[in-house]
Amino acid sequence: MPALKVDNISKTFPLKRSLFGPALPGVRAVQPVSFEIATGETLGLVGESGCGKSTLARMLVGLLEPTEGMIEIEGRALDNANPAEFGKLIQYVFQDPQSSLNPRKTIRQVMEAPLKLLHDMSKPDRSKRVSEIFESVNLREEFLDRYPHEFSGGQAQRIGIARALAANPRIMILDEPVSALDVSVQAQVLNLLAELKAKFSLTYLFITHDLAVVEAVSDRIIVLYFGSVVEVGRAEKIFGNPRHPYTKLLAESAPVVGRPLTAPEQKETELPDPLDPPPGCPFAGRCPRSTDLCRVEEPLLKPMGEDQLAACHHPLEA
Amino acid sequence: MSTFFKLLFRNRLAAMGAVVLSVILILVLITPLLPLQNPDITATADRFQKPFADGHLLGTDHLGRDLLSRLLHGTRLSLAVGISAALIAATIGSAIGIIAGYFGGRTDNIIMRGVDMLMAFPYILLALAIVAALGPGLMNALIAVAAVNVPFFARNIRGITVGLAGREFIDAARLAGMGHTRIILTELLPNVLPVIIIAMSTTIGWMILETAGLSFLGLGSQPPQADLGSMLGEARSAMISHPHTSVVPGIMIFLIVMSINLLGDGIRDALDPRLRSGALSRPRATTLVERTGDVPEATDDLLAIQDLETQFHVNKRIYRAVGGVSLSVKPGECLGVIGESGSGKSVTALSVMGLVASPPGVITAGAVRFRGEDLIDAPYESLRQKRGDRVAYIFQDPLSTLHPLYRVGQQLAEAIQSHHKISKAEARERAIQLLEDVRIPNAESRVDNFPHEMSGGMRQRVGIAMALANEPNVIIADEPTTALDVTVQAQILSLLDDLRRDRGLAIVFITHDFGVVAQLCDRVAVVYAGRVVEEGPTGAVLDAPAHPYTKRLIACVPELGGGRRMLSAIPGLPPVVDDLPPGCAFAPRCDKAQEKCRHIDISLAGTGDRSVRCLYPEELV
Repeated sequence: MPALKVDNISKTFPLKRSLFGPALPGVRAVQPVSFEIATGETLGLVGESGCGKSTLARMLVGLLEPTEGMIEIEGRALDNANPAEFGKLIQYVFQDPQSSLNPRKTIRQVMEAPLKLLHDMSKPDRSKRVSEIFESVNLREEFLDRYPHEFSGGQAQRIGIARALAANPRIMILDEPVSALDVSVQAQVLNLLAELKAKFSLTYLFITHDLAVVEAVSDRIIVLYFGSVVEVGRAEKIFGNPRHPYTKLLAESAPVVGRPLTAPEQKETELPDPLDPPPGCPFAGRCPRSTDLCRVEEPLLKPMGEDQLAACHHPLEA
Repeated sequence: MSTFFKLLFRNRLAAMGAVVLSVILILVLITPLLPLQNPDITATADRFQKPFADGHLLGTDHLGRDLLSRLLHGTRLSLAVGISAALIAATIGSAIGIIAGYFGGRTDNIIMRGVDMLMAFPYILLALAIVAALGPGLMNALIAVAAVNVPFFARNIRGITVGLAGREFIDAARLAGMGHTRIILTELLPNVLPVIIIAMSTTIGWMILETAGLSFLGLGSQPPQADLGSMLGEARSAMISHPHTSVVPGIMIFLIVMSINLLGDGIRDALDPRLRSGALSRPRATTLVERTGDVPEATDDLLAIQDLETQFHVNKRIYRAVGGVSLSVKPGECLGVIGESGSGKSVTALSVMGLVASPPGVITAGAVRFRGEDLIDAPYESLRQKRGDRVAYIFQDPLSTLHPLYRVGQQLAEAIQSHHKISKAEARERAIQLLEDVRIPNAESRVDNFPHEMSGGMRQRVGIAMALANEPNVIIADEPTTALDVTVQAQILSLLDDLRRDRGLAIVFITHDFGVVAQLCDRVAVVYAGRVVEEGPTGAVLDAPAHPYTKRLIACVPELGGGRRMLSAIPGLPPVVDDLPPGCAFAPRCDKAQEKCRHIDISLAGTGDRSVRCLYPEELV
């Protein structure tokens, strides 16, 4: 049984209706998306800004109600947006650690809230559990009575992780957990996440725009473009052997020491407009391999070789 | 709390207001205990006694009642009504504002349109209508004044709440299982409370005036009960013949409202985070210079930063953001400056043209030379002429550096016209040319776009076009691609590379990304805690880093194609620059550090074009 199963989930944001004239169709932030995460797996989710990563993540924890589709956690269907119901099974680690902590609450108050509200724990139990969690994220207990502004980014992110762990979830959604941190601190947090996963047998969905980071931490990777999944594959293979031209473009754009500077695509290209999505494949306008077929018919996700899927009419050779 | 009072009483006027108001408050609180005559007993024989008359310190009114007694009782009543009205208005208004702001959508729309309707009436007319409907009386006046002020609180608090409700800690609270009521009471309310207090402190004086106004018209307190407004109203007919009857309550109203407003302004200044952080203290046009010691000799570099020290003086603390940095570039060269946040790389860049905000920034040593001329002690006019003309900047976030209300073409034209006398049409022509130079498609039509109509990559191109506007010799680019997606970043980097090759531009490129440095820069300088720890040709430094910090920082960066793995990390945190350890700043985190490293001031040493600041370098340079 998969830890998390997502079945054709999509999100459309309604646009403001104009006073006269017909209602506008709305912005499709996430096209119908389906995937599974096996228990104990780390699934990476990569995409550029505006591709729907965060919208998808917020639906998975119940902060946003999906327009269509189903979310199943360990076989239990959760179809209403109720964060308190989701909270016991799935938790969220935010990108900006400072802004995810209430500036007027001590760390202890922040940490105890999920224990009290989700698990009805008594006061002595709570403080014992908080100490345990704090130890497992390598933070000193004296930090508990301080306020968020007294911490550096790396420490605040550990607190954010500890808060998510406190709810004792099965799955953690990590939304760009290290992109606000410095490189030297980033590695500390990534290693801590790996340790915690083994210790508490967690399942991760790791969202990021950094290909090197996602490759270093994931088992499988999903590439998202313009709200739809364009490619799925094993972490060690997908960027070395991409089948979708967009995955290839991403892999070639990442600056790498020792590779000469080249612009991998035409300099004039611009992203598609979400208010007026093009018909067919959304990547066709930027794609060197696009044909007339691509501009008419939207490609579906098809298996391409061993455990790799891509949504492309003209996939790259293996 | 004590800092709040310190800030409050540093404001002399606010302190004065607080003193006056406390005296009045104490007086009215002990009024029932004072040996005063009954304020309502009439003695027509003693009417209109002058002040200092026997037994009547302030004289008597038209019915012979003691004015001092009436004044104190009246003030007591006016203050009580004003303060209650403010509390009621603040409670109801803030509740409405928080609910509208938190729930948003339809709830927000319905509530706020109702509030708008209330605001559409002139307030005094609305108050009169409420009193007319309820009948005259002090209680009804209180209700009217409170009701009239509810929209003010509702609108203010809603605005603040909308901003807070979108913050991530509210989402986190929902995931911790909190319901709406709990979120409003424990997450939102503590954060909006300062704003409620600010709004109250600035409106309470106004509400006392409004109550007095209603009483003056005879709609508030009813005879014989005295409040300040009714005292004035009754004294009106005798204003010419016996002015003291109206002057006495008039002075009291003046004192109360004045002291409350002065104190309220003080409270606002002390509580408002924007004012506290010094948003109102206008920075000087150039960074303050307080150089001691010798100024380094001129070199033949295009731009040379020499032993620069920039500090921030905040209260008694001194933050040594830049602690003696030397860098230089030649025409057509690209120098990378790499470091973590807080390492002083941006402050170094801003110091070049004196753009560090003063206060709190102070340049305390060193020189910045452009073609040999020292910019640090240059007169403002000469510096202004070079800013953007000879040395131009590209910043990280083009959305915050472009003015949101002007079209990009106008902004480009302004940048050109501030240095060259050319006509509007020519400037526009040049702006289009610049947009074409940075490869913006359809430059002719994009020139009339507003910044928000462009994508992030396009906006950064406008930022680059702006930097190129006056064909500068040096461009200082401060993390210009950090906010961009990788595919867009690749385009911007190759554009910068082409420009420097075509035009012989010198670029100082500030970043935290080794990949970017490797692809774009000829030389690289690594900064840590405000000092350069290693410098040299990019290839040599990246292949064989000499400083342990450089080596370990490179090892931290995951590289694409490495597969799944544990990453090496540097334990500990970078030091805070107001409390730097003696000796090498990296020593506490370095596994090669010896006792010597913690005491000796280590200098940057090396041969040829490579140098390192380390006693035990990884590589000999």
